[in-house]
Amino acid sequence: MVKRSLKVTIASAAVALSSLAGTSAQAADVKPIRIGFVTFLSGPAAGPFGVPARIAAEAVVEAINTGKAPAPYNSKGFGGAPIELAIIDEAGGATKQVSEFRNLIERQKVDFVIGYIGSGDCLAIAPVAEELRKLTVFFDCGTPRVFEEGSYKYVFRTRSHATMDAVAAAKYLQERTPGAKTLAGINQNYAYGQDSWNDFSAAMKTLHPEMTTTTSQMPKFGAGQYGAEISTLLQTNSDIIHSSLWGGDLEAFMLQANPRGLFKKGQLVLVAGEPYLHRLGSNIPDGTLIGARGPNGAYAPDVPINRWLKDLYKTRTGLLPNYPAYSATMALLGLKAAYEKAKVAKLGSTIPMGDNKGVKEEMEKAYAQGPSTEDVIAAFEHLTFDSPAGKVRMALGKGHQAVTGTAYGVTKLVNGVVTLTDIKYYAADQVQPPEGASSMDWIKAGMKPQK
Amino acid sequence: MNQLLAVIIDGILYSSWLFVIGVGLTLIYGVMRILNVAHGSLYALGAYAGSSLAGYWISHGYPPLGSYAALLVAAILVGLVASPIIERGLLRLVYGKDEVVLVLVTYSVFLILEDLIKLMWGVDPIFVPEPYGLLGSFSVGDLSYPIYSLALVLVSVLAGIGLTYILNYTRQGKILVAVIHDRETAATLGVNVRLVYFLTFTAGAMLAALGGSLTAPTISVQPGIGVEVIVLAFAVVVIGGLGSLGGAALGALIVGMVRSAAVHYVPQVELFSIYVVMALVLIIRPKGLFAVPEARRI
Repeated sequence: MVKRSLKVTIASAAVALSSLAGTSAQAADVKPIRIGFVTFLSGPAAGPFGVPARIAAEAVVEAINTGKAPAPYNSKGFGGAPIELAIIDEAGGATKQVSEFRNLIERQKVDFVIGYIGSGDCLAIAPVAEELRKLTVFFDCGTPRVFEEGSYKYVFRTRSHATMDAVAAAKYLQERTPGAKTLAGINQNYAYGQDSWNDFSAAMKTLHPEMTTTTSQMPKFGAGQYGAEISTLLQTNSDIIHSSLWGGDLEAFMLQANPRGLFKKGQLVLVAGEPYLHRLGSNIPDGTLIGARGPNGAYAPDVPINRWLKDLYKTRTGLLPNYPAYSATMALLGLKAAYEKAKVAKLGSTIPMGDNKGVKEEMEKAYAQGPSTEDVIAAFEHLTFDSPAGKVRMALGKGHQAVTGTAYGVTKLVNGVVTLTDIKYYAADQVQPPEGASSMDWIKAGMKPQK
Repeated sequence: MNQLLAVIIDGILYSSWLFVIGVGLTLIYGVMRILNVAHGSLYALGAYAGSSLAGYWISHGYPPLGSYAALLVAAILVGLVASPIIERGLLRLVYGKDEVVLVLVTYSVFLILEDLIKLMWGVDPIFVPEPYGLLGSFSVGDLSYPIYSLALVLVSVLAGIGLTYILNYTRQGKILVAVIHDRETAATLGVNVRLVYFLTFTAGAMLAALGGSLTAPTISVQPGIGVEVIVLAFAVVVIGGLGSLGGAALGALIVGMVRSAAVHYVPQVELFSIYVVMALVLIIRPKGLFAVPEARRI
């Protein structure tokens, strides 16, 4: 046991020293690690999601490669190996993404893939990643179905799935609008929009059995015109209006609904509204419940790693990072943590103890090779790592699905700037189903906190 | 308020928008026999130019009502700039080719323009909502609607009446109809077909851009908006009959009403309601409701 600990210590020191030195013989021989990074660079999701994620990924990779990320990520690259990003546009639908994914692996020879904002894309890519045996980290998509309906060895997701957004919003509303009786929704007609509505309406009915749904509007993604939907919502006069709209759809809906007085009647809930606060300004009414899909952005803890990300992002854009920027950062840091844990474990098992001869050669060989994909997977499963949004635990989906806590707050316009007040934080165990349970079953069973 | 009344009002408002974006497409097809896929990009260019110009106007403190003129000027500018480049620079080289070739050429123009938009404006959405709320709102029962939506109805009615008048009651319109019926004979009789094509394409491009610039204040203008629009515009003109002005109006009205009814009564079927109608119409009348019977050429 002592011998093993010593090996790990030596290995850790070797990784840290050689990656910090950067000029050692070992570092010079280390092959760069290529990561395919897939995010929306065009289409409606590019501006609010894809591009902030890309900016954050590029900035974080640059900081990691130069060893300027804060502890515990201050070693250079991934275990000394520099990172190269191959950035791909996620636009074009799931079929196109499957061929792009194959291209990344078979032609561009990437070592890992990080990507996917669209839930439909994640559902399509997961089985292909499994077939091609390529470690793939989903960084932003929300549907819980990835690991609840499937079991994957090569697929990870480093952010919580969307059930948490729905459950936390319902719990917040239980305190804020206890007398609410009617519920309406407007969500995009695809995997994320449908899951979000189903989870939220089920959670509301669990907490308020007398709650009735007046209408569930499901405009298609990118519809742009919401006149009839707004009329219908106005006519239902509902106490609560739920929406997981995002991107241009959310902005168009808010622009068209606000002048028609829709939000004077009911409590508006925007579960993915955080990235748009500064853009919509006075078009978001005071008192709107806002989610950031986790403790991201305005809800992120005031810790050094969060301050670092804020500074890094602000230097590049002049703006504070929104939640897709946090998601991209979490995926890179999670993969780095897993990779380096795997490398330490591999070096630990390689170093010949009790025999001085050949130690240097063996270490150099092990160092240059790096861990295998299987080694990284083993290290990634059930990993806990630090992120700008707090601790991330790979606790669900047999260690492949992350959980974090989350937060909600309500908007208040102060001197023309939208601020968030009455912020409430929810621990992961309060708003996420336990391992092995389906989200819907857990919600309907009363959403009991995990022990 | 009676829900049926709400369905009708919402249907009319949506139909007006559809007509404005579809009429240019059917005009170009009617005269030039080109199914112009780039119509979606011209709509997007109009939206970008309109929001940029109106945004510039408002941010410089000029009278806000002038932003409507800025939207109009933007549409005209897009038509005047894009039309010579696309029609004179490219399409004239492929006139007389198979219709499929022409579709592929306009599709390539669509892709080029989509990238050009990104080069010029970037991928960040543009947001100029001021003109939308400037005119206030009106109420029907317990529902309120922005007066701006009525402006769109007015524009679509004016576009419909204006084009009908030009085609049926002016010399230039009759020349256009002659070209529609038989290009060769019209050319033999001294009609400058090239000029007719150019003017038609310019008018169609301006109408597409007008649709975009008038829509811009109600949405977040961003890459990709042209794709959604071209699909809807195709549905409208195919239902009405490609190349028919009356058909485009009826197609827009049918699609608008069906979608509005679906949203109000059965929101689960909204997504495919438009295409069900299109399929039904095409089963009964494969060339659309207003398609003119064509003489068989031997």
